[in-house]
Amino acid sequence: MKLDAKIPDGPLEQKWSRHKKEMKLVAPNNKRKYEVIVVGTGLAGGAAAASMAELGYKVKSFCIQDSARRAHSIAAQGGINAAKNYPNDGDSIWRLFYDTIKGGDYRSREANVYRLAEVANEIIDQAVAQGVPFAREYSGLLDNRSFGGAQVSRTFYARGQTGQQLLLGAYQAMMRQVYEGNVEYFPRHEMLDVVVIDGKARGIISRDLVTGELMRFEADAVVLATGGYGNVFYLSTNAKNSNVTAAWRAYKRGALFANPCFVQVHPTCIPVSGDYQSKLTLMSESLRNDGRVWVPREKGDKRHPNDIPEEERYYYLEERYPSFGNLVPRDVASRNAKMVCDEGLGVGETGLAVYLDFRDAIKRDGLESIKARYGNLFDMYENIAGENPYKQPMRIFPAVHYTMGGLWVDYNLMTNIPGLFATGEANFSDHGANRLGASALMQGLSDGYFVLPATIGNYLADEKPGTRYGTDHEAFVQVEKEAQEQIDRLLNVNGKRTIIDFHRTLGKIVWDKIGISRNKEDLESAIKEIQELREEFWKDVYVPGEKNNYNKYLEFAGRVADFFELAELMAKDALDREESCGCHLRDEYQTEEGEALRNDKDFAYVSAWEFKGLNGKLETELHKENLEFEFVELKQRSYK
Amino acid sequence: MSKEMTIHLKYWKQNGPSDPGHFEERTLDTVNEHMSFLEMLDVLNEELQLDGIDPLEFDYDCREGICGSCNLVINGQAHGPKDKTACCQLHMRNYKDGDKITIEPPRAAAFPVIKDLVVDRSAFDRIIEAGGYISVKTGSAQEANATPIEKEASDASFDYATCIGCGACVAACPNASASLFTGAKIAHLNHVPQGELERTKRVVAMVDQMKEEGFGDCSNFAECEAVCPVGISISAIAEMRRDYVKAVIS
Repeated sequence: MKLDAKIPDGPLEQKWSRHKKEMKLVAPNNKRKYEVIVVGTGLAGGAAAASMAELGYKVKSFCIQDSARRAHSIAAQGGINAAKNYPNDGDSIWRLFYDTIKGGDYRSREANVYRLAEVANEIIDQAVAQGVPFAREYSGLLDNRSFGGAQVSRTFYARGQTGQQLLLGAYQAMMRQVYEGNVEYFPRHEMLDVVVIDGKARGIISRDLVTGELMRFEADAVVLATGGYGNVFYLSTNAKNSNVTAAWRAYKRGALFANPCFVQVHPTCIPVSGDYQSKLTLMSESLRNDGRVWVPREKGDKRHPNDIPEEERYYYLEERYPSFGNLVPRDVASRNAKMVCDEGLGVGETGLAVYLDFRDAIKRDGLESIKARYGNLFDMYENIAGENPYKQPMRIFPAVHYTMGGLWVDYNLMTNIPGLFATGEANFSDHGANRLGASALMQGLSDGYFVLPATIGNYLADEKPGTRYGTDHEAFVQVEKEAQEQIDRLLNVNGKRTIIDFHRTLGKIVWDKIGISRNKEDLESAIKEIQELREEFWKDVYVPGEKNNYNKYLEFAGRVADFFELAELMAKDALDREESCGCHLRDEYQTEEGEALRNDKDFAYVSAWEFKGLNGKLETELHKENLEFEFVELKQRSYK
Repeated sequence: MSKEMTIHLKYWKQNGPSDPGHFEERTLDTVNEHMSFLEMLDVLNEELQLDGIDPLEFDYDCREGICGSCNLVINGQAHGPKDKTACCQLHMRNYKDGDKITIEPPRAAAFPVIKDLVVDRSAFDRIIEAGGYISVKTGSAQEANATPIEKEASDASFDYATCIGCGACVAACPNASASLFTGAKIAHLNHVPQGELERTKRVVAMVDQMKEEGFGDCSNFAECEAVCPVGISISAIAEMRRDYVKAVIS
């Protein structure tokens, strides 16, 4: 298989505009003859459904939640980047592009990232027109703040709820199209498979989560906007229902899965308190502006943190990285927290936490000023952890937050299966090996509002309008039958261990061995352990209830079954990548000072994995898309 | 070390909308004070499954108080006892050893029960469909800073826009009114100049849809504001009613 990213020719700044000029169009009276299925209603899916319906396409929108408004984009806190340069601090599209490609440690495509930076400004215009109440200055104009990995202020925000406000904007635009009759809306539906006929995506099989009925839907194109796969770790900052199933089942039908080992771990989350823990809560990384990170110098020091004198505190980030200190990037902060805990210096009941201490900041700036800056975060911490962070240090620990890997797509956001598109976190395309803060919202909306609605027309223009095979076609019948068999198989195991028990055990393997740092030995044993546990799962899992009823544990069982397979692919990908880059740290590939050592000569490629079968082990074939850097110079990152 | 407690649970079981439903009871002996309320229900469900009993169904997703999926009525109070807190953010340290807790779905004619504690809130989607937006097509927006908006107006708009659509307001209202939900969306859009053009049309369409869905009217109990997990003010309802009256009279 030859991977063609279909990157347009010409200078970087002109690629997207030239491509828009050259793409084929569908005439307005023909658009209504095309149907497009959009799975997922987060920023990428909701925005795409609304925008394509406005253009005149007939859209069917699916989500697993009870309303499109609940997609996990809603939980994004910080903000959205755009190079408007309102603060006059020297920002430009080029700088946003450059910061993003450097932040991704040079493992993303120049052309995609440039387009992202270019389109970002239009997103802000669009959102304001929809009534998104971004933060404003007293002048009445939009306010900006700064975020990690950039030297300019380019982040637009709506208090700590930017994701919520942007998602409601996209949701409302989509609901307007539902009212107009251009979007048919299917909440509480889970896509279980994609139907491919004559090599092209022609529809999906979905399960009505209320009645349990499997349903067939036909269309001219299918868009997967189904988010990331962070829940393979069991514990993550993702919502409980976030899953890989739609993307994974597309993978098993032939779509390539790219860079699955690229997973971002966020350094400042509230630590795990016990086995019952169901999810992790992120605390904004802005806290590191004033908080000092430390652990006791002595192993097993059980004293109250306030009783540990200054000279017995190990401010490890300040000591190891004197120039960046507590403000090192996310990957470096996460890695070091894990390192000190592995050395036995961790704090709290579990020993899996470090202190983030505001004592000195309160002494320096006063309680009121710290309260003004972080009041809501401190309250949230106290509510969850039950300790007052004004009086004693917070305990924090890294947690899985975002997955850069995803379905392989070309410049048009189409997978290698014609007619099957992937947008937002579900694709791999724009963040390389590490995503910068405030860039996820930017990418989701860029794909949804502006890129996909343009590129999908280029595909549909070559498809005869009104082509219908009918949902009685053997491909639909066969795929539905396989989906039904999987459900029956899960219900019939009738074993003794619960789904959550299996998922938690899997998550621990993935976290320990394919987590913050990886090495050959661990990865090889992880593959073995995953295979064994997967076999055990299919022999001993207990799935309660019936298939023809609302049954959340049955939904979970199907998703966990897919996580079991994905986990093996992540390990294989991490094993193949014999370098350290971005979030991916291989113990064997470090500088003498213990920093990530990239290998551009041998690994400046996208790993695109093809499914070849599953028989005790996952059979795959690796395809490589070489990344060519024409416009930026590759540099090693240093934060010392 | 963290404390373990015994909690006596009484919860609503209902196998679909046509089943009359009933309460069941179970005592948990290993409730940890650091657990969230929903994690306590996870523990209940693990125990039930190991005993071969069907688990209790309830809605949830983000578990950080923003998606609006969870909407339990706990001891008669929507989202439980903690002020401005969705029940996914309620922690068991707010209870003590030996407490009895009753859990019910939010009850309203417009929210039919799907199963156990899971209800159908699609009526909220239809209220938004009727007019909860500014009709701007993708790509047709002007430059974002072309229209300055007073900071106070923008902040007020934001306060209303933070509604998470959970339906606690409906559950708490003796009339099962959706006035706070509907009013909050109208106020969000009316407080920014972009929303002005459709102001009249919007309020009529959304209020009429609310009635159509079978929600009751507001009689100023203000229970909705008291239980709202994000603290939406009932001034949203006052604004909505003023606009509605103006619209239908003119």
